[in-house]
Amino acid sequence: MAAELHVELVAADRQVWSGEANLVVARTTSGDIGVMPGHQPLLGVLESGPVTIRTNEGTVVAAVHGGFISFADNKLSLLAEIAELADEIDAQRAERALERAKADDDAAAERRAEVRLRAVAVR
Amino acid sequence: MGAQLRVYKRRIKSVTATKKITKAMEMISASRIVKAQRKVAASTPYATELTRAVTSVATGSNTKHPLTTEAESPARAAVLLLTSDRGLAGGYSSNAIKTAARLTERLRGEGKEVDTYIVGRKGVAYYGFREMKISDSWTGFTDNPSYANAKDVAAPLIEAIEKETAEGGVDELHIVFTEFVSMLTQTPVDGRLLPLSLDEAKAEAEGGTKDELLPLFDFEPSAEDVLDALLPRYVESRIYNALLQAAASEHASRRKAMKSATDNAGDLIHTYTRLANAARQADITQEISEIVGGASALADATAGSDY
Repeated sequence: MAAELHVELVAADRQVWSGEANLVVARTTSGDIGVMPGHQPLLGVLESGPVTIRTNEGTVVAAVHGGFISFADNKLSLLAEIAELADEIDAQRAERALERAKADDDAAAERRAEVRLRAVAVR
Repeated sequence: MGAQLRVYKRRIKSVTATKKITKAMEMISASRIVKAQRKVAASTPYATELTRAVTSVATGSNTKHPLTTEAESPARAAVLLLTSDRGLAGGYSSNAIKTAARLTERLRGEGKEVDTYIVGRKGVAYYGFREMKISDSWTGFTDNPSYANAKDVAAPLIEAIEKETAEGGVDELHIVFTEFVSMLTQTPVDGRLLPLSLDEAKAEAEGGTKDELLPLFDFEPSAEDVLDALLPRYVESRIYNALLQAAASEHASRRKAMKSATDNAGDLIHTYTRLANAARQADITQEISEIVGGASALADATAGSDY
């Protein structure tokens, strides 16, 4: 069994997911980054996008809207104002939100809905 | 029924109605404290992680940032005061206002101008009535604040701190809120949010026990950018935490106030019942003595006519 790193995915108002993982892929402002156990200490700014957490039991996907990734001492924390696991996302509702956002010309809401849908697609 | 007795009965009825209301408010508040406490607990992981991240950037790099460096001669400070929207919470709002007044006094003594920002209708009313200047205010969410509310509150404050002092910006940001110590104790506290005092933040992140060295971080994209993005979030999260604690404190002190109101109503009912009983007895006694007196007068009159 490969070494594991401890992941904490926290949103502003709750802890979304925590556990052991082999690989975490997230999108920072300068591109996608993959973190494996033993990575150099890292602190980055996250873009809105799906985050993939690969564990021994399977893959966890979450939609993250802005935030930070920080890694030190084999502990990785993903901080986001809003974060949702793909399992929690209602695809139909996200699609409706996307249409509504497009109709209202609300770029931020449109982006949020798109990220949600992408996270569902990855799952 | 005697007039006195009727008055007492009416009082008892009205106090009983009041007691029912205060009892209901007490129970509502009691149930909301638990919910509010749970929200405080749920927001803690984010706050802790964020504080740790801020500390590691600020100590791990030589970056200068308006939010972490002390101004050489601070000329203006912003005070954010958290009060409640509704009353009937004992001294909750007035204690917070008093603490803010003391802090304002102290800052003025240090030669700083003070801008006041207020959350909650009670604080706004207090400052409005005394015609004191309010820079900005928010109302309507103090009993159940959301993160979006915290963002709304934080936005103008961050903007003010990033502006140059000469252009109306502020150098320091203080916050006054009521800390939730326990169900029975809530203390109004004032604290400085910005500029960040690193020792404090560090102690908070590590629980103040161990003195471990922070690792050298690799910043993505750069230390400045990370700090730029991190600090506003830090302020928001601290304000969010303060809002949640204030909400829990508000419910707790309302519960306490309503509990003593209910107890007092109970005592009043007790006293009035005793008085009403005494009045009834007095009425009865008087009636009996009237009857007895009347009967003996009659008896005397008939006895006299026999002769």
